Amino acid sequence: MSQSHSFDKSYLEDGKGFKSWFFTHDHKRLGVMYLWAIGIFFVLAAIASFLIRFEHLTPGQTIVDAQTYNVLFTLHGAVMVFLFIVPGVAASFGNFLIPLMIGARDVIFPKLNLYSFWIYCAGAIIFLIALAAPADTGWTFYTPYSIDTGANVILVTFGVFVLGFSSILTGINFIVSIHKLRAPGLTWDRLPLFCWAAYATSLLQVLATPVVGITLLLLIGERYFGLGFFDPAKGGDPVLFQHFFWFYSHPAVYIMILPAMGIISEVIPVFSRKPIFGYKAIAYSSLAIALISFLVWGHHMFVSGQSKLINIIFSVITFAVAVPTAIKVFNWLWTMYKGSIELSAAMLYSLAFIFLFTIGGLTGLFLGALAADVHLHDTYFVVAHMHYVMIGGTVFGLFSAIHFWYPKMWGKMFDEFKAKIAFVLIFIGFNVVFFPQFILGTLGMPRRYFNYSPEFTTLHQISTYGTWILGIGFIIMLYALLKPISDKAEANPYESASLEWSMPSPPPTLNFEKIPTLTASTYDYGTKLEQEA
Amino acid sequence: MNWLPTSASTFAPEVDFVLWLVTIISVVSCILIGFLLIYFVIKYKKKSDNDQTPAITHDSFLETLWTVIPTILCIVIFIYGYVYYDRYTTVPQNAYEINVTAKKWIWTFDYPNGKKTLGELYVPANKPIRLVMTSEDVLHSFFVPAFRVKQDVIGNRYTFINFTATKEGEFKVYCTEYCGSSHSNMLAKVHVLPELEYLKWESGESAKTSKIASDMPLDQIGKQLYSDKGCVACHSIDGAAGVGPSWKGLYNAKRIFTDGTSAAADENYLKESILYPGEKMVEGYGPVMPSYKGLLDDAEITALIEYIKTLK
Repeated sequence: MSQSHSFDKSYLEDGKGFKSWFFTHDHKRLGVMYLWAIGIFFVLAAIASFLIRFEHLTPGQTIVDAQTYNVLFTLHGAVMVFLFIVPGVAASFGNFLIPLMIGARDVIFPKLNLYSFWIYCAGAIIFLIALAAPADTGWTFYTPYSIDTGANVILVTFGVFVLGFSSILTGINFIVSIHKLRAPGLTWDRLPLFCWAAYATSLLQVLATPVVGITLLLLIGERYFGLGFFDPAKGGDPVLFQHFFWFYSHPAVYIMILPAMGIISEVIPVFSRKPIFGYKAIAYSSLAIALISFLVWGHHMFVSGQSKLINIIFSVITFAVAVPTAIKVFNWLWTMYKGSIELSAAMLYSLAFIFLFTIGGLTGLFLGALAADVHLHDTYFVVAHMHYVMIGGTVFGLFSAIHFWYPKMWGKMFDEFKAKIAFVLIFIGFNVVFFPQFILGTLGMPRRYFNYSPEFTTLHQISTYGTWILGIGFIIMLYALLKPISDKAEANPYESASLEWSMPSPPPTLNFEKIPTLTASTYDYGTKLEQEA
Repeated sequence: MNWLPTSASTFAPEVDFVLWLVTIISVVSCILIGFLLIYFVIKYKKKSDNDQTPAITHDSFLETLWTVIPTILCIVIFIYGYVYYDRYTTVPQNAYEINVTAKKWIWTFDYPNGKKTLGELYVPANKPIRLVMTSEDVLHSFFVPAFRVKQDVIGNRYTFINFTATKEGEFKVYCTEYCGSSHSNMLAKVHVLPELEYLKWESGESAKTSKIASDMPLDQIGKQLYSDKGCVACHSIDGAAGVGPSWKGLYNAKRIFTDGTSAAADENYLKESILYPGEKMVEGYGPVMPSYKGLLDDAEITALIEYIKTLK
């Protein structure tokens, strides 16, 4: 690609055709491609979830048989986790935004960035091939079931293994970029909180992902060569697999949620015209959460048969991680205090994030408390809790980002009114789907159940009706986003103080003609008060 | 609407206390945060592009407040969760031990005097019980919502549940660790009997299936046994494919066996298949069914066969 005119052409127009995209080194194009990819997989996995919910309209068989149901929830979970939400916000908006926010022309290793994308594609293709004989293990691949089952476990886990490398390489790229490429004056205490969050996420990706890679390799060895690490019939220990698996998958929860926290830390100040409240608390709590998240995996295993002492220790550490999370919620809330609040679609998603994530976090307290977890573990309560964090948190954060950076990314404007209607439906639909599931769980409805006792019918039906509201909301949102109302976007339509808005929309390929020098915080809003300390 | 199942063990009210405690804390926090969100949005709504906003960046008092209060609440919740969990996991003295074996997709219970039941656990009320559990294949999990107890069941290892039932009656047992196509049909029941009645049951004096009235028609008794004895996990009654053959239209149908021979599924064949399921394997099915010898008496087998006959 020619680089000579890279400052006067937008990155979207600088080169046309498949090759100019598939071989690009441009972080923005890669971010956009990740966004499309995760979007497609989100739709695929969402369709699976709609079928799952439809099946639950009646006890017993409604539309599919038990085995198909098991395949559907495995597909839903595995695709959502490994192809959508783990790469998710970090790979899409992380790629698009980090260089723009730190005042760089690209990430530090642009070629490696392209390779990461190719590896993601390769992993995704392996995943899709595996659908020919789809796995029925659940996304957790618990042994010994995953050793015994006839389904295509090896291909799926190999796909996850490959995808892991994409995460690791992207993580390294972000960490080094943030260390080495910050513009003059962009000190660590001025770094946008999205970058802090992406930095913490990257640490997790680099440190935790290898563990799941090794674990899945061991599982493949177990199936292929009959090694007996996890198979009780051979003297192995199936609980060991759970330890390995959650040692990755718990930090992975924070890989999923931290970038979304970063997003709303950007959106709320802009639409409140206030500096972010407690900048340092948010920045450091991201790191604290990332570090502590390595030490709480055992709370997924309170009834697994691990020792009582270990359960108690994990319960303590789990409550320790709740505190920095609570602090963040109050910081976001107080950012709005005495502000000038504009309820744009992006802001609505961010505010919904605060509320839904609060519910997700509080219901986590039930599960962290040992006595209560014994009753609630592996019931719909866990399903609801997890979806409040993952949809109410991560997906609402992602939607906020898609609306917020839409003008910058595409150089166009969407119809705020339609987007807000979509928001209302998505917000209501989401709660109708998942709130009844908390009650189903406390009543004792186990998760991953094809069939259920008749007394649960009403709550299941309400939950299913919710998916229809949610579905309509998604469609209206897509319509609003895919049909822009203006082909021109200002450089900085929201008067943000952050660097990514300092260039035309969409940005030129090399972002900054002249690398900027920062003299103030990127949250420079409002009038400084005399009495302020 | 009730959001908790019946409470029928000494542990249940303790769990419920923790659930109520966290619920109250959660509801109050949610209302507080929700109220502030909406209040701020209304009160500080943007009025013009020239709105003046103060650049508040931190407030030590508030930040201390919202660090300390959640910390205290977390400590309180942890302590209650821990104390009751500790009580639940501590092995009671003179516990009555029952061995539990999980297998796709049936629970087997072995009692100290050699008695054995399938899919139905009988326990005396107000006596500490200790379940000693293991699995013959994949992971399972033993969950009794009314007792608020749950424990994974693992192969090549024993795991335990302690409980003291406080209410007489019949309570549901669910398998809560995903175990394959009939996971959601891996159900069982706990029958809590008064101690005297339990002793009678244990020594075989009382009619073990007390809920089946003697004047019930045979096929109705069979229908009850179908769900109580775990047949439902593998055999459908509507023709749907399962781990075992569906019972719909099974009676007198021609069965082709793995050794190439064939026979009609008449009364004697059905009885043989219940007692010695491995003898004549039907083409396309694996040797997974346990023998029901000693678990069903002759009258019960007859009832089941009569039930199968009604499924045309």
